[in-house]
Amino acid sequence: MRVRAIVIRIIRQFFRDKRTLGLMILAPMFVLFLMNLVFNGEEYKPTIAVDQAVPVALAEKLQKNDAHIKWMGKQTAKAQLNKQQIDAFIEMKEGMPQMTLEGSDPTANKAVLMSVQKTLQQLTPQTKTMKLDTIYLHGSEEMALFDNFGPVLIGFFIFFFVFLIAGVSFLRERTRGTLERLLATPLKRWEIVVGYVIGFGIFTTFQASLISWFAIHVLDMMMEGSFLYVLLITFLLSMTALTLGTLLSAFANNELQMIQFIPLIVVPQIFFSGLFNLETMAQWLRSFSVIMPLTYGADALREIMIRGNGWNEIAIDVYVLLGFSLLFMILNVIALKKYRKL
Amino acid sequence: MAAKPCICVEHVSRVFGKKKVLDDIALAVERGEIFGMLGPSGAGKTTLVKLIAGIDQATEGTIHVFDVKMPHLQAMKRIGFMAQSDALYEELTALENLQFFSAIYGLRGKRQKERIEEVAELVHLTEHLKKTVHHYSGGMKRRLSLAASLLHEPEVLILDEPTVGIDPVLRQSIWAELERIRQQGTTIVVTTHVMDEAEKCQRLAMIRDGRLIAVGSPNELKEKTHSETIEQAFLYFGGAHQ
Repeated sequence: MRVRAIVIRIIRQFFRDKRTLGLMILAPMFVLFLMNLVFNGEEYKPTIAVDQAVPVALAEKLQKNDAHIKWMGKQTAKAQLNKQQIDAFIEMKEGMPQMTLEGSDPTANKAVLMSVQKTLQQLTPQTKTMKLDTIYLHGSEEMALFDNFGPVLIGFFIFFFVFLIAGVSFLRERTRGTLERLLATPLKRWEIVVGYVIGFGIFTTFQASLISWFAIHVLDMMMEGSFLYVLLITFLLSMTALTLGTLLSAFANNELQMIQFIPLIVVPQIFFSGLFNLETMAQWLRSFSVIMPLTYGADALREIMIRGNGWNEIAIDVYVLLGFSLLFMILNVIALKKYRKL
Repeated sequence: MAAKPCICVEHVSRVFGKKKVLDDIALAVERGEIFGMLGPSGAGKTTLVKLIAGIDQATEGTIHVFDVKMPHLQAMKRIGFMAQSDALYEELTALENLQFFSAIYGLRGKRQKERIEEVAELVHLTEHLKKTVHHYSGGMKRRLSLAASLLHEPEVLILDEPTVGIDPVLRQSIWAELERIRQQGTTIVVTTHVMDEAEKCQRLAMIRDGRLIAVGSPNELKEKTHSETIEQAFLYFGGAHQ
């Protein structure tokens, strides 16, 4: 059982290198936690200054619509706008309210306009607005931005860290000469690749479960479907990352060159994996997402976590990810020919 | 001892891109001898031993080890190879390294334990087996690396510069170990660029710029060139006498 020997060795190495172990498990959790803080924060409350001439009723209504109100004159308001201490200033001009926005922060702009619009609507009820009754097919009114791209992030971080660590450890095997030593034994090339896949596979299953559990139960990420499906997808994603990482390590001469693959191979995948809406992108550019493993992983994770879907909706993603892993494994076996012909 | 030569290298050339690293090398290594390959760095010694070990393939010519054309996986089971780099897993202990490499050669259970004890004894590392290799000195790593290549009791042991960067005392002890291993019947091929080490070999091949310039026992080579030392002999064959 030569494969088993490799598996045992890889797992032993993992537990010796506590820092890398920590990086693979804690770093994704930490970044997800930060993202959660940033995107799940309270809604922004704009600060609006009003002139004395503005009717009190208007100001009170604004306050009810989530704005902080400050009374001040035009000169002070101007100064404070410049220092970004207030977001907007409302004064009366010829009996009509006029607003000046600070304007440099889109979030603040949106918040100001929202509360002003709401207020004006409430103050002029004569135009009877139609009230739209909204039903959510998936998600809910409470769904935060983080819930939407959380699944993509889980997939991405698992992919990223496994890619890097697997790539670097395979590279080290080469630079430290142990690969040559292995190739001087009767060990077959495929046995090395399979040993790596199983050794890392065991470890990344553990890693992916912990990260998914953390995101869903501690960060309270939206989770409609089955946890087992999430595990299946994260496992397949890490297999793809592992096989791709070890494959590409054949084309790097040192750790730094391995890191250079990140902006080339890993980062573009974020943009194409559905974190951003691709509808507005040119068709030819959009078709790039077809060759990116993360696209399928992220799609499946969203189906499971947001839409609560099961096997039928993720089957294709599962097959494609399996296909990617197998393809990279075969290419890996071929790439090892560079070091031993047999 | 009418046995066939253990290693037979016939008209071997190896070309990397446009550079001809080995040019028409032919030599035979007999069973149970220490066969030295002497030459300056860059002469092509490492390339030649890699070809014999089956890691690399010759561009032209053939290499037979135990009558089997290399590279051949079954023959590689009977060869031990120690490269210039120590090729050890630094984060693991010496014992774990030996366990790993012996498992790769299919040694298991009691047999594995016995062999690890034997090779550790041979290189005087028995008390240090539990230490991580990271904490080993350079000489200890070299010895552990040698031990790892002896685990499966290879019939042919190929060592690429086994004593480079090692202090004289340790070098002496490694050569003493090699002599002991040879007496157990193992054929040893060793590369070196240290002339006095060459004296300890039964036979020598002198290699320069990818060409074999002379083969013979140290004494033969010295007599043929009327030299006092191997170094002078090397200079003679290298064309410096003209």
